[in-house]
Amino acid sequence: MNLHQITIEKLHEALIKKQLSSVEVTNYFLNRIDISKHLNAFIDVQPELSLEQAKQADQLLAQGNKGMLTGIPIAHKDVFVTKGWKSTAASKMLGNYQSPFDATVVEKLGILGSGMVCLGKTNMDEFAMGSSNENSAFGPALNPWDSDFVPGGSSGGSAVAVAAGLTMAATGTDTGGSIRQPAAFCGITGIKPTYGRVSRYGMIAYASSLDQAGPMAKTASECAWLMNAIAGKDPRDSTSIERENEDFTRLLATNWDSANSNPSQPLKGLKIGVPKEFFAKGLNHEVKLAIEKALQQFETLGATCVEVSLPKTELSIPVYYVLAPAEASSNLSRYDGVRYGYRSEKYKDLAQMYTHSRTEGFGAEVKRRILVGAYVLSQGYYDAYYLQAQKIRRIIAQDFQTAFNQCDLLMGPVAPDVAWKIGEKSKDPIAMYLEDIFTLSANLAGLPAMSVPCGFNQSGLPIGLQIIGNYFKEAEMLQVADYFQTATEWHLKQPLQNAVGEKS
Amino acid sequence: MNTEEITHLAKLSSLKVPENEIQALSEALESILQLANQLQSIDTIGIEPLFHPIEMITPLMQPLRPDQVTELNQRAANMANAPAQFEGLFLVPKVID
Repeated sequence: MNLHQITIEKLHEALIKKQLSSVEVTNYFLNRIDISKHLNAFIDVQPELSLEQAKQADQLLAQGNKGMLTGIPIAHKDVFVTKGWKSTAASKMLGNYQSPFDATVVEKLGILGSGMVCLGKTNMDEFAMGSSNENSAFGPALNPWDSDFVPGGSSGGSAVAVAAGLTMAATGTDTGGSIRQPAAFCGITGIKPTYGRVSRYGMIAYASSLDQAGPMAKTASECAWLMNAIAGKDPRDSTSIERENEDFTRLLATNWDSANSNPSQPLKGLKIGVPKEFFAKGLNHEVKLAIEKALQQFETLGATCVEVSLPKTELSIPVYYVLAPAEASSNLSRYDGVRYGYRSEKYKDLAQMYTHSRTEGFGAEVKRRILVGAYVLSQGYYDAYYLQAQKIRRIIAQDFQTAFNQCDLLMGPVAPDVAWKIGEKSKDPIAMYLEDIFTLSANLAGLPAMSVPCGFNQSGLPIGLQIIGNYFKEAEMLQVADYFQTATEWHLKQPLQNAVGEKS
Repeated sequence: MNTEEITHLAKLSSLKVPENEIQALSEALESILQLANQLQSIDTIGIEPLFHPIEMITPLMQPLRPDQVTELNQRAANMANAPAQFEGLFLVPKVID
């Protein structure tokens, strides 16, 4: 059995039937990680720690634990702090940081929670600032479909690890598209939940009013199981939201309209809003065709499409690139080289120690964002930039509510283009920012949004369909995405199928 | 953005910009601010800022909890990350003569 080609549900069956042990599964993936080092998907791998957890998972299984995730391997984006593995946020600033505690997401998924085995920490853009994974202090992760291309970012390593079959699933975080865009560029499924669904405790902070953690895996149904494990109020994060416990798998394989019993049109009654601004100039032609084909597929499944408008789509770029740096400049002021993190060796006094440590410890993009943040928050500019951006943010959030009066879910492209070549945009920050146009507004409004594989361009690079739901509609989004994956095979395509000589 | 402004901004952020990087940084910041200037074209009179998306979902409030110790004392693990320490205390350059 090629373990990296099956789903969590299938692997779960094999584990509880004792056809395989978690130790065997863990060794299988550790081996794949080892032979795929050139992809640079991981920042820290500690096989003995993973195998220790796998042994504990095997004990749980032996004791009759039948949890869906027990014994299944997962990789964590290096923005989540972990005991045992380094927690660097891909920054020289935290290059040797060892966390004394686990992030809530890590704890909930881990041996004492859902019983998953941690395979290691995945590469990312430094402090999650970037859309290509090129801003990592440990070098870029490479797109497994073509290693000359970026995997997207900031959760690039997580997307690469899932796409290349180096793990069953991975965690990511999404501040402006950082789960969805790498998922799209690598041909996997990923969901950013509603803001506040998942605890941010132990997530190294970038922009606190935008950051949200979520799962990345091959399929929507696997993401639903992972959502069950990570969602919920956490007393250690005051912005996490108290909700009744929800089973995110409850709607899978049920018809959209429960009164409809037609099995060939399960999504009958579903109204899909298609924002016309998502198809404006600048959208890559092949991406456009793939999205249109996906929408036709949904119509075949019984859904109807209506055109809606999100008139401030283009403005989400300046709004985000004012607000996120503002929050970042405040969040990153904690790095001073005193209690933890990098300390320069060249200083004469305390002030110089701060300045030199920060100057040497942060990468170029992080420093740019800190400076922009300091600028837009400073006296004389606060009203014109920061406050004005927060006002337009409310308009953007309200525009979504207007759109949701006309439809159940929104669909469009995740990004205006497929993955670009490494180095192509790294010299020009603005060119990179513009690529985030379709993902930023969901974060500004706090809405759940996901990426689902929906095709390839002519050179074989994946294309992602974005689904945006209203607040707390994750289960419905996963239901709809799951139907799409029942009807299509894009999510089954994997690169490097013969990397270790296994049968394809 | 001139050299003086960049230097001031860097000082506010406890960062240092080497002479030879000022020009490139100035250009990058200029282009980012040019992008941000698009915000001025929108009439926002009467619109309240949305400081946090939670406001769209639930009224903002300041949650309180009982004043009880819930975390373990992990002094040794925390101190292990300190770049310099002396007898269990964080060590920094002398501040007062």
